[in-house]
Amino acid sequence: MDPLQFYGVTVASRLLLGTAQYPSPAILADAITRSEADILTVSLRRESTGGSGGRDFWKLISAMGKKILPNTAGCHSAKEAITTAEMARDVFDTPWIKLEVIGNADTLQPDVFGLVEAARELCAQGFQVFPYTTDDLIVAEKLLSVGCEVLMPWGAPIGSGKGLNNRFALKAMRAHFPNVPLVVDAGLGVPSHAADAMELGYDAVLLNTAVAKAGDPAAMAEGFALAVKAGRLAYRAGAMEARDMAVPSTPVFGQPFV
Amino acid sequence: MRLIVNGNETNVSAETFAELLLELGYEDMPVATAVNMSVVRKKDRDIVRLKEGDRVEILVPMQGG
Repeated sequence: MDPLQFYGVTVASRLLLGTAQYPSPAILADAITRSEADILTVSLRRESTGGSGGRDFWKLISAMGKKILPNTAGCHSAKEAITTAEMARDVFDTPWIKLEVIGNADTLQPDVFGLVEAARELCAQGFQVFPYTTDDLIVAEKLLSVGCEVLMPWGAPIGSGKGLNNRFALKAMRAHFPNVPLVVDAGLGVPSHAADAMELGYDAVLLNTAVAKAGDPAAMAEGFALAVKAGRLAYRAGAMEARDMAVPSTPVFGQPFV
Repeated sequence: MRLIVNGNETNVSAETFAELLLELGYEDMPVATAVNMSVVRKKDRDIVRLKEGDRVEILVPMQGG
């Protein structure tokens, strides 16, 4: 067995899935099923006048029986993020919060100063914070020091599909925090990116756009599920050292004609 | 009474948050609420009274990444 826990809760999958941008509710439901995700991210938004989108969406998500990780997406200050988190806890009845404090509208880069400030306040209030952060080790240490027990560094900017932009930094983070659950959040585009993160020893990946914007989201969700499993198996198996020169795999001893 | 509900000026007769949700048709929806950037929890909606010009947020679960 290879269990993963977040804040003492065992989760059944190392793939966390976002619920936005799918072509239809039915395709979203299929993608969730084939991803085998155990944790789904959701948001809080204003309902359009006379609309029932929120009610219909929540009915679909509730029926899936998954764990819910509300986010503070779109918040550009610690104050906004804290208020949104408090509202999310009230409606979703969970202490979990995916904490996003965005520093720039174009890059969607985390404002790490606001992030630490909001994390400190939310942890003090009893929230269990999943911070969307950069791969900066000092910021990571600050987040842990204020009470975070999970770190979620970006692979690449949100929605970019670029994969792991800085493998060196992500590898250093894994080595620096061997006992902290680490989740690559954002920027993955194809299953090989997820396998890459898992082979580095990351505990899980969180993605949305790569599945939602695929030609066949449900098939892509399954592709990511398989890649996450493959990457995790490879990490635990221990990869061979890469070599600069060729080494024959067939025994040289007993070779004829020499 | 005039309120700003989700950014829109709205005239209502409700005096409490619970009455406001009923009046605006949110009674059977899971919602999160705030007034003037302060959260109003479910358990407090019957007792929190609204006043002229309050900025009210009524949020519902939505898709998120």
